[in-house]
Amino acid sequence: MSLADLSITDAVARLAAGEVTSVDLTAAVLERATMTEADLHCYLTIDRDGAFASAAASDTRRQTGATVGPLDGIPVAVKDNFSTRGLETTAASQLLAGYHPPYDAHAVERLRAGGVVLLGKANLDEFAMGSSTENSAFGPSRNPWDSNRVPGGSSGGSAAAVAVGSAMGAFGSDTGGSIRQPASLCGVVGVKPTYGRVSRYGLIAFASSLDQIGPLARTVDDAALLLEGVWGHDRRDATSYTGDYPELRRSLSSGVDGLTVGLVTQFGGEGYEPEVMAATRATLDKLSGAGAEIVEVSIPTVDVALSAYYLIAPAEASANLARFDGIRYGNRVEGETTEELMARTRAEGFGPEVIRRILLGTYSLSAGYYDAFYGQAQRVRTRLIQEFADAYEAADVLVSPTSPTVAFKLGAKATDPLAMYLSDICTIPSNLTGHPAMSVPVGLDGNGLPIGFQVMAPALAEERMFAVAAEIERLVGFTARPTLTGVAAV
Amino acid sequence: MAIDIDIAHVARLARLALDDDELETYRRQLGLILEHAAKVQAVAASDYEPIAHPLGLTNAFRVDEVKPSLDRDEVLSQAPDHADGYFVVPPALDAP
Repeated sequence: MSLADLSITDAVARLAAGEVTSVDLTAAVLERATMTEADLHCYLTIDRDGAFASAAASDTRRQTGATVGPLDGIPVAVKDNFSTRGLETTAASQLLAGYHPPYDAHAVERLRAGGVVLLGKANLDEFAMGSSTENSAFGPSRNPWDSNRVPGGSSGGSAAAVAVGSAMGAFGSDTGGSIRQPASLCGVVGVKPTYGRVSRYGLIAFASSLDQIGPLARTVDDAALLLEGVWGHDRRDATSYTGDYPELRRSLSSGVDGLTVGLVTQFGGEGYEPEVMAATRATLDKLSGAGAEIVEVSIPTVDVALSAYYLIAPAEASANLARFDGIRYGNRVEGETTEELMARTRAEGFGPEVIRRILLGTYSLSAGYYDAFYGQAQRVRTRLIQEFADAYEAADVLVSPTSPTVAFKLGAKATDPLAMYLSDICTIPSNLTGHPAMSVPVGLDGNGLPIGFQVMAPALAEERMFAVAAEIERLVGFTARPTLTGVAAV
Repeated sequence: MAIDIDIAHVARLARLALDDDELETYRRQLGLILEHAAKVQAVAASDYEPIAHPLGLTNAFRVDEVKPSLDRDEVLSQAPDHADGYFVVPPALDAP
């Protein structure tokens, strides 16, 4: 077994025991990237020199007993919409090609301060808009389980890298499912914490009331360790949560005995693959066997959550992306006037999905349509939050498939925006409510493609969510990994 | 429900210089998406206040104190065009 396949918790133990060095781990993971990148394209930028310098510095600290945190020396990737000072940051947009941010995102600052080795910047759909990474201006990433299929998105590069071992863990952002859906399609754990738990400072904004940073990892314990490495209050993000942050890893062995698990009945039926539903039911049976009470819960407004999302998210995006105008940073297309310069820069710099969402958001915010679309969507959001609050009176956690389908083929949904949007139907409600949710792999379908199971919890109840996810991980015993021969053969 | 969109007006508001073919494609696609999105109008939600922050946080205050800002040269180095500490753009207003 290569060191690249170690879990983070195992790697931490072996570093502490002096059996391996951070340079060893970093070399193993970058060697895996060398083997797989031509096929999978998980990364937009790999910072080999920076990574080895950080790893060597970590090893020096360890020799003198001066390690700076539990993740010291662990090599991870961040999605390329995290600002990294001096390291190219594009959000997978042509408009930002060559941009070197003058500051680090809060999450990146925290990782650096914790001694984490930053391997590079993972591929994504342009400005995190998409569910397949096919909207990356620099070419799609591919799924390590079958490289003819998408890894999901928008954090598809992060998910694929963790699955194949070209990162020990990774961070993504989740606005409508962009961590959980690719985690599901790549067979890894993906977590969207409660809104406000991780500072958005330095995250290139998509929809500010929905965006949340979170980890992708191969185990629930690793995901907890990664999340603890970046969450906490930061006053540079006015929406950052000011209350307490629990120690997640303490609750991982608490089990599900006596808990009530609610299956959301709206997540099923037409469009859901039978094998996905079968894996969901099998997981519920195992939870029942471990002492959980299983109930069915109806949340009717979930049926229009997708509609509300596709008004709210583009509206916020149209405002956030106004800053990309070819004046202060990024690339420029010249014009006779400033307005012409801006309009040409934006039309040439943005890809079609980004333009579509900017137009959609601009329309739904424009005079005469605001109340009918955006205003009504915000009311639906309030109603959804109320219905979830009622559902949590009946159940401690809510569950569903993470995605209605397993990984689909490249190009299968690329020309039908609505079909693509439907792949986030189970994940979007948690962004609208701000509640935490995570995906755990629970099996493979007949074609050997991973199936994810979603655990949702009330606001700030990450401890409970992680406890249930850890129990599912033990009960299901999902240990499958994509075969490297399949990857290398293409 | 058919939705009529003045797509050229929307593109102008969004500062996107699109040609006629592109405008027509986006007009058609937006129509389909908005038809789906208009489902929100069927939900009796008038009893619910619109929400902006999912946890209901309102203002976040901080101490008003001077702190170092980003390095000006490093910031300007990322601009497509700059001179003497300024960003350079073509005329923003019509000549009188």
